[in-house]
Amino acid sequence: MRDQSWQGYLRKDGRKGIRNHILVVYTVECASFVAQEIAKGEKGVHVIGFPGCYDNDYAIRLMLALATHPNIGGVLCVGLGCEYTQPHRIAEVVRASGRPADSFFIQENGGTRSSIALGKEKIASLRARADADAVMTPMTWRDLTIGAECGGSDGTSGLAGNPVVGRAFDRLVEHGGTAIFEETVEMIGLRDLMVARAASPEAAVQLGAAYDKAFNYSKAVRQCSVAPGNFAGGLTTIEEKSMGAFAKGGSKPIEGVIRVSERPPQAGLWILDSVPDEHFMQFGYTNPNDTEGIMDLIAAGSHVILFITGRGSVIGSAVAPLIKITGNERTYRNMTEDMDFNAGRVLSGEVTMDEAADELLGLIGDVAAGQLSKPESLGHREFFLMYKHQDVPSLEAGCRV
Amino acid sequence: MTSQPVPSAFQVHASDNVATLLGEAGDGSVVTIVGPGGKTELTVREKIAMGHKIALAAIAEGEAITKFGVVIGIAMRQIGPGEWVHLHNCRSQLDERSGSFDLETGAPPKGAEYA
Repeated sequence: MRDQSWQGYLRKDGRKGIRNHILVVYTVECASFVAQEIAKGEKGVHVIGFPGCYDNDYAIRLMLALATHPNIGGVLCVGLGCEYTQPHRIAEVVRASGRPADSFFIQENGGTRSSIALGKEKIASLRARADADAVMTPMTWRDLTIGAECGGSDGTSGLAGNPVVGRAFDRLVEHGGTAIFEETVEMIGLRDLMVARAASPEAAVQLGAAYDKAFNYSKAVRQCSVAPGNFAGGLTTIEEKSMGAFAKGGSKPIEGVIRVSERPPQAGLWILDSVPDEHFMQFGYTNPNDTEGIMDLIAAGSHVILFITGRGSVIGSAVAPLIKITGNERTYRNMTEDMDFNAGRVLSGEVTMDEAADELLGLIGDVAAGQLSKPESLGHREFFLMYKHQDVPSLEAGCRV
Repeated sequence: MTSQPVPSAFQVHASDNVATLLGEAGDGSVVTIVGPGGKTELTVREKIAMGHKIALAAIAEGEAITKFGVVIGIAMRQIGPGEWVHLHNCRSQLDERSGSFDLETGAPPKGAEYA
């Protein structure tokens, strides 16, 4: 493994980032068009937001975690004017983290065209401040948090794509870094394996509880996370799919379980629980698509996301670069403009698992150092967020008036 | 039927009794099994698609089917070496719908519910 270091951005809150993006946050769907138009054509400006007029603790926590992410250098919040979530409250949290932030309501400004113009003025000034405020600092593996997610899995995912990521995670952890993976509904059947990987008795309790919650959730929604497409691809049971998915967690002890918008309290390998907790309204799905799982991993502080896809995908992610990995050589050839890494060479015997993991780490280091991943260079910055409930300490007053 | 290019099948763990085909295999074709167990050959007993599993040994009804070194299901009937292992002869120990999925479409039976 290369001994790699690069220059990152030292934030006033002490965290280190690998990008210096400006974030536009909309506080209701009604403001999303204006927010997207403000960001259109602007370099390094990403958009996140929450569609609901009625707010949701989970969603607010996630947006605040992203707005104060180490890859973010400044934030503009745009609201319509009658929603529960107040843009200036988000801006206050961002300013408290030492970053420049601004906000406005569309209703108080005059309409679509004038709000887009005002937004563009404000992000130009935020960009100037973020660049002026930038303090460069050396970063290495110790400073890096990496998340892993899989989607569009096929028979190669569990054999090549996920195991190569798992091996890379092992190396990252050996070098003092932090690795996070999620999708506990795709760990069904692996309770004993998960608990046996616990780094401490406390972690064993957390892992057992996260497993039981995911299994109960699967039973409650009358669906294990295995679909006709998985069967057609050769996966026969949820246990088989789970083992393939779990392979991206490598082989290191698991330090514990965090929930969405919590950060790992120390380095090492962590599981993120994104499954909804019980709530009187019974709402919330465990992530309805790959993008929400990816955003959950980024909200936990991931600087880079490793996305493993057997069948192929064309997503990227807001806030943190996404690196696309496939274990399927045919997919790599078909979608080479989108795929960053061909792990299928492990199956053809062209490279060993160790060689592939080292190569992948080299690529992660390059992307951390500023090289654009393929989704980044194509302009991808997908974001998705829905209502969900998780039992975590509530925000004192949310971001309401 | 027998002379097409030889596909290989990947055995993840030495204790596995199934391997995953890395290409499509026809009935009677010989596949090379690669992975931690070293290289061996096996005659395929039916047409099997890429990504699907092939039995490496005889598996009795009720016996565990092992991949990744862990039990991924239970044999619903006797399975011979070289046979396709899938929804028709392997059921989950956890997914209550398993054992009744349609082999062609993977669709669950109507009204399938957890106990």
